[in-house]
Amino acid sequence: MIAAIVRTAIVSLRRDRGALALSFILPVVFFSIFAVIFGGRRNTTPKVNLLVVDEDNSSASRRLVRGLQQEGSLVVETRPAPVKGAEQPEYTAATAEAAVKTGTAPVAVIIPHGFGQNPISFGPPDANRPQIQLLEDSGDVVAPQVVSGLLQKIAMTALPDVMAEQGSKYIDQFAGGLTHEQRDRIEQSLGYLRQQQDRGARASASGNGRGGILAVTSRAVVGQNKNNPMVSFYAAAIGVMFLLFTASGAAGALLDEAESGTLDRVLSSRVTMTTLMLGKLTFNSLLAFSQLVLMFLWGWAVFRLDFWSHIPGFVVMGVSSAVAVAAFGILLASICRTRAQLGALSTLVILVMSSIGGSMFPRFLMPEAMQKAGLLTINAWAIDGFTKVFWRDEPVSHLWPQLLVLLGIAIVLFGIARKVARRWEFA
Amino acid sequence: MSFPATSSVKAVPPLHIDALEKRFGPVTAVDGITLELRPGECLGLLGPNGAGKSTLIRSIVGRVIPDAGAISIFGARADSPVARSALGWIPQELALYPRLTCRENLRSFGRYHGLRGTALEQAVTRCLGWATLDDRADELVKNLSGGMKRRLNMAAGLIHQPKLVLMDEPTVGVDPQSRNHIFEMIEKLHAAGMSLIYTTHYMEEAERLCDRIAIIDHGEIIALGTHADLVRTTFGSRSQVLARFAGANERIEAWVFERGGHTVNGTAQFTIEHPAEVGALLEASAKAGLELIDVSIRKPNLESVFLQLTGRELRD
Repeated sequence: MIAAIVRTAIVSLRRDRGALALSFILPVVFFSIFAVIFGGRRNTTPKVNLLVVDEDNSSASRRLVRGLQQEGSLVVETRPAPVKGAEQPEYTAATAEAAVKTGTAPVAVIIPHGFGQNPISFGPPDANRPQIQLLEDSGDVVAPQVVSGLLQKIAMTALPDVMAEQGSKYIDQFAGGLTHEQRDRIEQSLGYLRQQQDRGARASASGNGRGGILAVTSRAVVGQNKNNPMVSFYAAAIGVMFLLFTASGAAGALLDEAESGTLDRVLSSRVTMTTLMLGKLTFNSLLAFSQLVLMFLWGWAVFRLDFWSHIPGFVVMGVSSAVAVAAFGILLASICRTRAQLGALSTLVILVMSSIGGSMFPRFLMPEAMQKAGLLTINAWAIDGFTKVFWRDEPVSHLWPQLLVLLGIAIVLFGIARKVARRWEFA
Repeated sequence: MSFPATSSVKAVPPLHIDALEKRFGPVTAVDGITLELRPGECLGLLGPNGAGKSTLIRSIVGRVIPDAGAISIFGARADSPVARSALGWIPQELALYPRLTCRENLRSFGRYHGLRGTALEQAVTRCLGWATLDDRADELVKNLSGGMKRRLNMAAGLIHQPKLVLMDEPTVGVDPQSRNHIFEMIEKLHAAGMSLIYTTHYMEEAERLCDRIAIIDHGEIIALGTHADLVRTTFGSRSQVLARFAGANERIEAWVFERGGHTVNGTAQFTIEHPAEVGALLEASAKAGLELIDVSIRKPNLESVFLQLTGRELRD
């Protein structure tokens, strides 16, 4: 008897493709995505984008920059990417700060004038000594710490001669003075060290650099005034994911109406298929926008999200995201034959989109290839736009790439849905 | 309750169908149908399931594109705005919004037909009254009984005061009392002069409601006329003899076939010119060794016409 029940259930499952996909494909897809994100494939570990400004231009500062450039975990830029083939001027402290604010990189290193005269120190912090500045985007909690640690490490590995020289000065000062002969021999050794480094030899010191031999001060240039830094990110990230679910569910009304015959009756009136679908798109967009409003108001009321001073940007991003997800939902509904199919397909597609689009895990922590793949999702563009508004305090005029892409996605998806919906129009 | 009479459009037939064909892959659903509806007439489309009735109706509504032929509604093309305004369609399915009330459903469909303001509210009130749903106007559709849903389904098809109404098996799945209620609603429309097409596979519905009946089978109209015309054309003045015999079916069927009759559900059916022929028939059965259980004579009906024309029962 139990075997009969099992057999019936197996046959039913085998014929329910949606349930099969949810049972067997979705877990494997999810496993693969998270395995890639969390370093299952080591060669795709994310690199930190770093902007470097060398105001000192001394031998020590140049070697420090070279050391940073040689770090495999960093992508170091000293000037913006060429525009129309024309090379751009090197970053200055001001332009680097602006670039961090706009999200070009999560952190910038400014090596100040006078750094080369006294690059490292073993003693207590000296307020008069020029200090390296780290300009951070506090939304990225990982990158500034990585760079800070690497700076200390590079001081050891790229500037051993400076360290030795500084050490000998301390001995000379605190151990009763060196003889001329000792000073000459130390100078010879330091000369040898410098020669080795000029030949590109890499020291193999393995210190973690956290001893603080370089004087570094950090300053958050993005999010420094935020009450709760990650709330705006998650309001957008989670909001967009649920918008997608809601939109596909709401668009499923089309399937219900087709099944009940209501769609036929509506189409036999003055209403055309295009009018009907535009009506559904409008309703689903309003529904999605209302959800976003609720989400951000909740963020304001409970998590002190600064909602009211960002209304114009919120409206631009909210409307464009809502229209895009509504069109996405209508496309899914028009592809599917039944509600059950829609449920399975939407769960599969939305969870995959959300995981690579940054709704579950910030995209800046993902491997580069996956960050690029994320740009194929509505989630990524919507989250990027909301981040510009709420995190970077950028003006509405800076939202045009996100606005254009989201509206473009909406138009393309709706156009495809309209074509697919011809099957409902006539037999 | 008042619906507009169609006297002003008598010059143009409400519906003209010319050599209509529709195929779905290898299946021919409508096979060269030509038909004209007279103003104020109720025309029945009678045929078994799968005969092509619904495809024909959906072609008239513009929901199916024919492969050949033409349809005009009051002289306009089937899917034109003029035709859509003139046409009311009551589909076989309960094409309603279940989470809306009766009134909200009627308002929605009224708006889809371009009604607004007072005209819309008047139309809603009129349709609620016609369907005797005034006291349930603000009830959610999902909470209505099957019969009430059917009535509302019909009312939604009439919200824009069409001049021609297509009813696709409007009594499917309703109890006898509700069915009678629906018949009375249709009779009111008919009495008001509305042109109607009524599809069914129940001959008693067609007999009660329709002025003329088109019998459809395999996508073709195989007979068209009034009830009396169809019986007279098919049977003349002949009567039907229905007889049941005891014994092996094969032997009985062979003998019935040999005598020019049919066997339907164990009952032998013969057509005779005069009642006196019954005696000879019974004598022959006795000689063949068949044991008679009972015998009756009846005037042929639409069921008999269908059986005679197709060799099958209407509800096969």
